[in-house]
Amino acid sequence: MKVLEALRIAMRALAANKLRSVLTMLGIIIGVGAVIALMSIGRGVEKYVTDQFAGLGSNLLFIAPGQITEGPPSLRANPVRSLTLGDMVAIADRSRVPHVAAVAADFQTRVQVSRAGKTVTVQANATTPEYPLVRNWNTTIGSYFSTLDSDERQRVVVLGSETYQQLFPNNEYPVDQTVQINGMNFRVIGVMESKGGGPGGNLDRSVFLPLTTGQDRLFKQKTPNGEYRVTVIYASIDDSANIPAAQEAITELMRERRGIKYLDQDDFTIISQNDLISVFGDILGALTIFLGAIAAISLLVGGIGIMNIMLVSVTERTREIGLRKAVGAKRGDVLIQFLIEAMTLAAIGGMIGVALGWGLAQIVSTFFGEFQAVVGADAVVTSLVVATAVGLFFGIFPAFRASRLNPIDALRYE
Amino acid sequence: MVQKNGRTNSQIPVIALHNITKVYQMGDVEVHALRGIDLEVYPGEMIAIMGPSGSGKSTLMNIIGCLDVPTSGTYELDGKDVSRLKDDQLAAIRNHKIGFVFQNFNLLPRTTAVANVELPLIYAGMGGRQRRKRAEEALRLVGLGDRFDHKPNELSGGQQQRVAIARALVNEPSMILADEPTGNLDTKTSVEIMELFQRLNRERGITIVFVTHNPETAEYCNRVVRIRDGLIESDETRQATASIHAPKPHAVSSNGHEAVTVKERER
Ligand SMILES: Nc1ncnc2c1ncn2[C@@H]1O[C@H](COP(=O)(O)OP(=O)(O)OP(=O)(O)O)[C@@H](O)[C@H]1O
Ligand SMILES: [Mg+2]
Repeated sequence: MKVLEALRIAMRALAANKLRSVLTMLGIIIGVGAVIALMSIGRGVEKYVTDQFAGLGSNLLFIAPGQITEGPPSLRANPVRSLTLGDMVAIADRSRVPHVAAVAADFQTRVQVSRAGKTVTVQANATTPEYPLVRNWNTTIGSYFSTLDSDERQRVVVLGSETYQQLFPNNEYPVDQTVQINGMNFRVIGVMESKGGGPGGNLDRSVFLPLTTGQDRLFKQKTPNGEYRVTVIYASIDDSANIPAAQEAITELMRERRGIKYLDQDDFTIISQNDLISVFGDILGALTIFLGAIAAISLLVGGIGIMNIMLVSVTERTREIGLRKAVGAKRGDVLIQFLIEAMTLAAIGGMIGVALGWGLAQIVSTFFGEFQAVVGADAVVTSLVVATAVGLFFGIFPAFRASRLNPIDALRYE
Repeated sequence: MVQKNGRTNSQIPVIALHNITKVYQMGDVEVHALRGIDLEVYPGEMIAIMGPSGSGKSTLMNIIGCLDVPTSGTYELDGKDVSRLKDDQLAAIRNHKIGFVFQNFNLLPRTTAVANVELPLIYAGMGGRQRRKRAEEALRLVGLGDRFDHKPNELSGGQQQRVAIARALVNEPSMILADEPTGNLDTKTSVEIMELFQRLNRERGITIVFVTHNPETAEYCNRVVRIRDGLIESDETRQATASIHAPKPHAVSSNGHEAVTVKERER
């Protein structure tokens, strides 16, 4: 008997018991649906985060005080020894750190910015003038402050795009306008491109001013011996192949500058973009294993459901099987018929599951807006193949039972 | 061996049973359901197998229908020994040579008359188009030319049994085996069904074997075999006492020629 014929018989048998068929498929539907939804969302998030990291600037190293493993600063036993502008200058020295293309320092704190009666609290990034270069980031209006502005401790400020919108709701031309930062007048000289949220907060909600101006006039955050304190140093490296070498050189330099003894741990951290991406990759990897476990369990449950219903179906249709055998169905014919029925059940469940998962992923994407779920063809095909294989596996026993029925007994069965 | 309706031994019997026994093992007890049956049935016969309950009718029927194999003895169907075949080989024999009609019709529910009749052809590996054509022909032959797409629950008992008969006919088997075919029908419908069988037998020369308790069924047959305790008690050939008076002309289809020949032989 042709497989096509068996498929038709299977479809008819399933259609005859629609509600039961759907209930039977539920395990498979939920399993496949969950996997497709979570995988699509996971991929969407992954793409979003990767894009974010790529937007940080190319071949970037971040140097921050303290060890990441110590947790956030507020929880640390010992106060963290700050980085200083001197560290940045030292790193910029190519004789000590080969391959370094540019460096910038950034001191971050929260400030109140007001203009024309509007006040917003945002992050202030008090940076060196190379900051836009290192971060691969430009202004849309005006320009970033120059070395001269920095040297002269000018009270100039560049606004993040959102801060600009908040302070200039009517899109007034901002350059040469005055805003107050913590009550002190600053001249606006530019507006940054929108960058969106990312690791380290939403930089569109911030203002940028010279590190010198900030620490001499605004925050009074210098170290006891009068050095400029910085939160993070960015170093861009000429080529991604040279990142490990640069990382090593900076580590050595920093240990020396900070007088760390031979066996003692670093009290600073150097992170590359690749480190961040690989940390994220680890998280995604764990998530994938978790998803795999969910999928396996629900497919197992779904498979057992299919086996159960197929056994019921074989019993219910004992007479039908007897009749088919009486009019000439061979064992193989009956076996194939019930196998195909189980596989069809599972495959249709899989398809509904894919549709459900896809729909869910779309809903989540629209809801969060920031990323777009990616439903991969490979995920869809794999799910359907696995679902069908589950149907095949759990259909074998009931189908084998059906094929072994003795037509005499089966015809007599009430 | 000139016997049974004047047929000669030059004809190969459809059914040739030689010393058939069937023993069921029930724990330590052996049940001898058949103790040595010899029976030959020739093409074109319409024969009733009768006997009291427990006499072995169903057992014999299962063996004749190739649903089961005998414990000993030989069974030749159309001259071919089928008494030692395996399951799948028996299935093929049933498919090609035997049409079954059951007391409770055994139609597939929620399935149209045509699809029900097509069933044996599916397992014969016939293509869909030809299957449909053959099934429609068979349904016309049993007088259901206007009920192709009716499902069993949309048909009367008599009509359902006609569908079952069409299904038994559709593979052009060597014989039709009918087990109490009128057992679930009222008297009037029973008469119609028996007349249909008789017509198929007379006009198309189809060999029909009934297993029945019902003397009225036997009245349509020209041979009655009685069995008791697994042995043949009597084997009587005679003119059918109940008979359709005139064959319905429309039923003589493409095969009319052959039907006439059979009728002439019977004179
Ligand atoms: N599968 C079986 N296992 C054991 N014994 C059986 C089996 N089938 C039939 N028998 C026995 O074989 C004998 C003949 O049974 P069978 O069913 O052939 O009788 P029958 O003539 O068809 O009776 P009825 O008219 O009541 O249907 C009975 O004694 C029965 O108990
Ligand atoms: Mg019986």
